[in-house]
Amino acid sequence: MTADVLVLAPEVLLALGAVLGLAVGTWLPPGREGAVRGIGVLGALAAVVAALGGPRGTAFGGTYLVDTATTVVRVVVAGAVVVTLVLAGDRPDVSGGPRSTPDVSGGPRLTADGGARVDTAFAVLLQLAAVGAMLLGGATDLLLLAAAVLLAGLPLAALAGLARDGRATEAALKYFLTSALFGLLALTGTTLLLGLAGATAYPALVGLTGPASAVGVVLVLAGLLMAAGAVPAHFWVPDAVDGTTPVTGAVLTTTAKIGALVAIWRLTVALPGLPTPLLVAILAVASMTLGNLAAFAQTSLRRLLAYSTISQVGYLLVPVAVARDTVLALPVLLGYLAAYAVTNLAVFAVLAARPQALEIGEQRGLARRHPGLAVALAVGLLGLVGTPPTVVFAGKLGVVAAALGGGAAWLGVVVVVNTIASLVYYLRWIAPVFSTGDPVLRDPVAPRARAVAVVLAVASVAGTVALAVTS
Amino acid sequence: MLTAMWVAPLVVALLLAPVTRREVLLGGWILLAVLEVVLAGVAWAGVGTGYAHEVVVAWIPAFGVGYHVGLDGLSAPLVGMTTLVFLAVALYSLRADPAQDGDTDPRRTRGWVLLFLGLEAVSVGVFVALDLVLFFVFFDVAIVFMYFVIAGWGSGARDAERSGAGSSTAARSALQFFLYTFVGSLVMLLGFLALAVSGPQLTFDIPTLAARPLGGTAGTLALVAIGVGLAIKTPVWPVHTWLPPAHTDAPAAGSAVLAAVLLKMGTYGFVRIALPLLPGPWRSLALVAVVLGVVSVLWGALVALAQRDLKRMVAYTSVNHMGYVLLALGAAGFVTAGPEARGLAVTGATVQMVSHGLVTGALFLLAGVLRERGGTSEIAAWSGVAGPMPRFSWTFAVAAFASLGLPGLSGFVAEFSMIAGSLPAVPVAAALAALGLAVTAALFVRALQSMLLGDRHLPRRAERVPPRTGTFRRPASVDLRVGQTVAVGLLLAASLAIGLAPALVTSTIAPAASTVVDLVSR
Repeated sequence: MTADVLVLAPEVLLALGAVLGLAVGTWLPPGREGAVRGIGVLGALAAVVAALGGPRGTAFGGTYLVDTATTVVRVVVAGAVVVTLVLAGDRPDVSGGPRSTPDVSGGPRLTADGGARVDTAFAVLLQLAAVGAMLLGGATDLLLLAAAVLLAGLPLAALAGLARDGRATEAALKYFLTSALFGLLALTGTTLLLGLAGATAYPALVGLTGPASAVGVVLVLAGLLMAAGAVPAHFWVPDAVDGTTPVTGAVLTTTAKIGALVAIWRLTVALPGLPTPLLVAILAVASMTLGNLAAFAQTSLRRLLAYSTISQVGYLLVPVAVARDTVLALPVLLGYLAAYAVTNLAVFAVLAARPQALEIGEQRGLARRHPGLAVALAVGLLGLVGTPPTVVFAGKLGVVAAALGGGAAWLGVVVVVNTIASLVYYLRWIAPVFSTGDPVLRDPVAPRARAVAVVLAVASVAGTVALAVTS
Repeated sequence: MLTAMWVAPLVVALLLAPVTRREVLLGGWILLAVLEVVLAGVAWAGVGTGYAHEVVVAWIPAFGVGYHVGLDGLSAPLVGMTTLVFLAVALYSLRADPAQDGDTDPRRTRGWVLLFLGLEAVSVGVFVALDLVLFFVFFDVAIVFMYFVIAGWGSGARDAERSGAGSSTAARSALQFFLYTFVGSLVMLLGFLALAVSGPQLTFDIPTLAARPLGGTAGTLALVAIGVGLAIKTPVWPVHTWLPPAHTDAPAAGSAVLAAVLLKMGTYGFVRIALPLLPGPWRSLALVAVVLGVVSVLWGALVALAQRDLKRMVAYTSVNHMGYVLLALGAAGFVTAGPEARGLAVTGATVQMVSHGLVTGALFLLAGVLRERGGTSEIAAWSGVAGPMPRFSWTFAVAAFASLGLPGLSGFVAEFSMIAGSLPAVPVAAALAALGLAVTAALFVRALQSMLLGDRHLPRRAERVPPRTGTFRRPASVDLRVGQTVAVGLLLAASLAIGLAPALVTSTIAPAASTVVDLVSR
């Protein structure tokens, strides 16, 4: 039992941080809850250390497996928690000038309105969702998986509704209903597979074949696809991201996705008798194509990014689809996940630095006023395209190589075609940033968010070089 | 050595990033450019047979990606040409204003210098890369940098900003350039991947891949993908349409680098990757290359003849000149011809890359001078220039003659070798391509005649007081300034040196070219 807890140390540390934060936050005056975020950051950093240095192996009777994949999920998720907590405690610096109204363009503030401990709630919910995401990544038992889907999903629904205005409520409701529906489907699938195999542990499922078990796997997959935000369970993503602050949007599009994609990979590999890869491949193509096509016409940057993340999930599903055919699949999937997390957070950090400008038109002339932020944004967006020398380029290269190596050359071609298509809307954002905008008297910028954006952008370039050092 | 060559500009860029004084920025840039030329010369001197200054380090071993750089007879002259062109561009920018219209904001100067330092780094990188992924990384980043050069400093960019109009013609041209070449590069990447996964072991290493040539349908598909990507960059008819607007709207220095260096990435890719790595498919598709090459030669020449704008005209002659390269490389795929002739064709193609870089770089810088002084590079707007602008006239005449292939200058060496080398393999095509020579000769002589000779007639802006360019110096005439003369003179001197003593470059290129021919013959 003690050994089990030791194996689960990162999750435990993160959960401890959440509980401690909740306890401390209750005693702090509303609106001055910075300490809670501090506790959360410490908990997440401790989780990173524990994940890197902790023991590997199985825990709790083989329901939870700690291997390289789980370690990567833990480190990336905990890192994302640190980044988003730093971002969350930041406001644009408007002192000494006419006060801008951050609420104008739908960016509700996270500070306390009327005594609510919003900051505490944000930090605690974020950490709980992160624990859920980690469990998703390591679960090797269907029951634990179903529980993890709920644990990763429900806190996010509450997060989305924190701002308590009309759009945020809609976002939260939409997320909650979708997550409940697909969570239910996942549970149904679990039941069905339990009935067919007599057990829920992955090793017991190896021999499953036939249409009934295929239906069961599809149902379980549905729950995971929802958490990952992939087609056909993607429709919550744009509304939820567009209805909340950039920081919450960053959380919604990062944590759960990472765990869910590794979970899909585990499920695909665990059931060799079923044609899951074909389904995953079709969903991958649908995700990247739909996400890209829908992103074309967006003028709201959060919506545009939301659709962009849907297409990114499509790319991420490609290595999963060839997981049985090539040894490249797992390193590519994990590498792309980490690269995606860094790049996506960098772009959201740029948004968070100027929460008053969330429309494409409001980006004009950014390069003149805040060159550092503009370069970070350009690096981040070109990174999402997959331009060298960013890390996503290495990831995308690996994705296409895995597709070709796994005998699915058509998937590789689809990835390249979609990348070309995605170029259009990312450039639509970059172009106004580097044009001269209308003269603006004040363009306040959140200092910490800007620093985070620049650091992540540098990391996304340096990561490519680091590949040589680490390997 | 080679790593230092492409990292040095980036280091200087980092050092210059916090600087805002124009003098320091430009001074640092020129020092670096001189250093690069010296390094290129030293590196070139060390080239024998095989790869010199080779470095192999694992980079992403999981995908078989390595950091592999090396210099051989094909890349050394191109690296030398690249560093020389960047030095010329740095000198050209010395007193001239980057934006050509009194742009004195030091932050813009800094952006300009940093972009060009980045461009120099990746341009050198492309030519020394011996790994497909490394090649692609440099290739792609060059596109991104060039996009910002054209969009930020192109013609009309400043006017559009002042009037508040959303996008200038430069922004549109830049976008067209970016989309076209970026799409091409991705298609090329697909071909690279097909090559990498072809063997038992995943690898992107060029020498390793050359040892296991890919044939069959997979090879043909890979060659088509790589060929399309490189052809867009080169550019070859019919995918050349991004080139004229990009050149017309780019600032003079950007045009010079685009024509001299970036286009070579396409043709160099053919020699370095398409021919040695895919010999079988190249032989079977050689006729396609020959036909596209001849069409580019004639099309480029004829369309250039119809241009009224000097920059546009030079842009179309680039299509013409690159057509010869493709023709010669296609001829190298015909095994029926002897290895000597085919080696001559490949040598000529490489000399043409160097020569075109030097000469066209000079021509674009000269056209930029016209833009700067008179606000226009329309051929009809200038006449009788020889009187007021003697230095311009001399250099322009030399550059034009070098471009049309006058003996004694580098263009002649290149075009003679290419056509002589192609003649045994594809006599009809070579004869047709020789017709292109006559057309380019006609158009350059016509431009010389109408601009340099005749009654003096300059645009009104050039007749007025020339624009102030520094706080303490005001040029007395509309002619080339010292920095500009040195810049253009350097390029033309190199062209003259190659023309008078071809062995300077051919002694390095010829062994490497015969290696390529041997590889294609497998």
